[in-house]
Amino acid sequence: MKEFEPRIIAFCCHYCALAAADVAGKMEFQFPPSVRVIRVLCTGKVEILHLLKALEAGADGVVVIGCKFGECYFREGNYRAQKKVERAKSLLEEVGIEQGRLRFDFVPGPGAKKFAAILSTMTEELKALGPNPLRS
Amino acid sequence: MKSGSNLERLLERGEFVVTGELGPPKGPDANVVKEKAAMLKDHVDAVNITDNQSATVRMSSIAACKILIDEGLEPTMQMVARDRNRIAMMADLFGATALGIKNMLCLSGDHQIFGNHPEAKNVFDIDSIQMIHMVKTMRDEHKVICEDEIEGEFTMYIGAACNPFADPAWYRPHRLAKKVEAGVDFIQTQCIYDMNRFRAFMKQVVDMGLHEKCKILAGVTPLKSIGMARYMAANVSGIIIPDDMINRLRDAGKGNVAAEGIKILCEQMQELKDIEGVAGIHLMAIEWEHRVPEIMKMAGFLPRPTV
Amino acid sequence: MIVGERKPFSEILSMVEGDSKILILGCGSCVTVCMAGGEEEVKILGSQLRMAFRRNGNNAEVTELVALRQCDDEYLEDTPLIEKVKDADIVISMACGVGVQHASTFFNRVIDDKTIRVVPALNTTFMGANIDVGEWHERCLGCGDCVLEKTGGICPITRCAKSLLNGPCGGSFNGKCEVNKDTDCAWHLIIERLEALGELDNLKKIEMYKDWRPSHSGGPRKTVREDMKI
Repeated sequence: MKEFEPRIIAFCCHYCALAAADVAGKMEFQFPPSVRVIRVLCTGKVEILHLLKALEAGADGVVVIGCKFGECYFREGNYRAQKKVERAKSLLEEVGIEQGRLRFDFVPGPGAKKFAAILSTMTEELKALGPNPLRS
Repeated sequence: MKSGSNLERLLERGEFVVTGELGPPKGPDANVVKEKAAMLKDHVDAVNITDNQSATVRMSSIAACKILIDEGLEPTMQMVARDRNRIAMMADLFGATALGIKNMLCLSGDHQIFGNHPEAKNVFDIDSIQMIHMVKTMRDEHKVICEDEIEGEFTMYIGAACNPFADPAWYRPHRLAKKVEAGVDFIQTQCIYDMNRFRAFMKQVVDMGLHEKCKILAGVTPLKSIGMARYMAANVSGIIIPDDMINRLRDAGKGNVAAEGIKILCEQMQELKDIEGVAGIHLMAIEWEHRVPEIMKMAGFLPRPTV
Repeated sequence: MIVGERKPFSEILSMVEGDSKILILGCGSCVTVCMAGGEEEVKILGSQLRMAFRRNGNNAEVTELVALRQCDDEYLEDTPLIEKVKDADIVISMACGVGVQHASTFFNRVIDDKTIRVVPALNTTFMGANIDVGEWHERCLGCGDCVLEKTGGICPITRCAKSLLNGPCGGSFNGKCEVNKDTDCAWHLIIERLEALGELDNLKKIEMYKDWRPSHSGGPRKTVREDMKI
């Protein structure tokens, strides 16, 4: 049987996480190929509904990766993103879906290594959780 | 005479009165009331019976008042606006007079959120100032609010509360003036610890001439422990306990705190007697009724005058 | 405006147990502004319901719609909307209590062949103002006899926990209410405002017993404008 490879949707900030993803790809900081990167101009623009819909559509995990606090290009977008992720987690919990499938994190500008680490850790955690129960 | 109560007669005669307080039990046992009454008898001039104090369910004030009358004491029935609308209030007032109750205290009442039924719906149909006006109209004009004539004689000596330490401080004497205008006969204040602030308040009251229009009884409560003092200062609205008072309790040392608390109280009672405009003391012993005789003796307020 | 907040999901879920065609109907007015029952919240509830159903192997169908105003026939008189309602086993209204009742009455009047069940997804909390992003405070109780001209534009009936009409109780401390230290004492605000307005004399007058008949105490109320009727 083929090993379970969690499908992760990563909403990545254009100013930090996206650059980190590019660099990580060129260097040897590998991150799992099953990650789908979605570029957003700022994580503040990611809505709760985007997070829910990704899981509803069958993603195993959703991560929002923005800038370090205090370094958002739009000042507070990452703070907003973190709060929305928390709210979405509680909405998921009401439905009985593990909060661990949602995550907010940040990388510094050239943070290719951390970017890869976030996704690798999340992949491992999702492997432990198993596939999105909505897919079974 | 407004009601001819003991309290009214003594105050009118210019006696420095002392009233006590009794919280009815959280159940129907009349003996609890009788036992507490026995401790207060002949040691105070009248006894306030609280009305579901702190919004916690207790024996009704009116029933406990009747028990006190039967025991030979004079009660002051407290009535809060939280639990009754004007219809129930007036009905209870008729009942109170019928049972021989001659003093009452008009209060807004602690909000139910502080009690044991925070989920209850409150009433607050009328406020404490309107309540004073209502009782005065009933007594002096023999009419209920709707102006229907009252059948028979309704009498009552009307009291109300005042918190000199609540905010905004400058407004407090003006609120008292409003109670006077509404027709209050006597006032009992919130517990006083900060004597300087109370003196400043009384100066304003005297300057406004309010002490000539109603009798002002200064409220006091003994500090039983340092924990109680700190709790009250932190949690009871409008209670300010000066640091030097808490220090005195602390310096008294273990085992002597309660005695020191009583000593402080007696000193306060003596000081209050000399403040212009203060017509008496309202001693709220709060579950320390058994120590009231000792306090009254030590403070030099015994024996009590007779009518 | 009317402020509401969504009920817990489990409560909503228990209302639709056994239904296979569910219509979520949002309201585009007050509850959209207070982010409780507009288009976004309709979609979120829809997503939650679909996820919950799929987890339980339930094949119920969830449809999402928004009416601009559920408290007015004019915005419900929409043929495609009525068809969707007719087709549904249950309508979850995300309007305030007014909208839920009005939509229910309306649909049952215009649809003959079945009785439509309309259930609420929100708790209607109060009439209030938007104080900050994501924050609303109660401002009016609808007592039917406004006194704001005497109290410097601050309502003691609504904003004093005891609805006192003659000044602050003994629990006013540092400008805050004893019932909740995060809540301003209404009377403290009134006194400050009257002082600024030079209307402190208002405080000296005894405000007499309030006539509560115009309030809900007089029974359900209605307003009729004869000049608007034919």
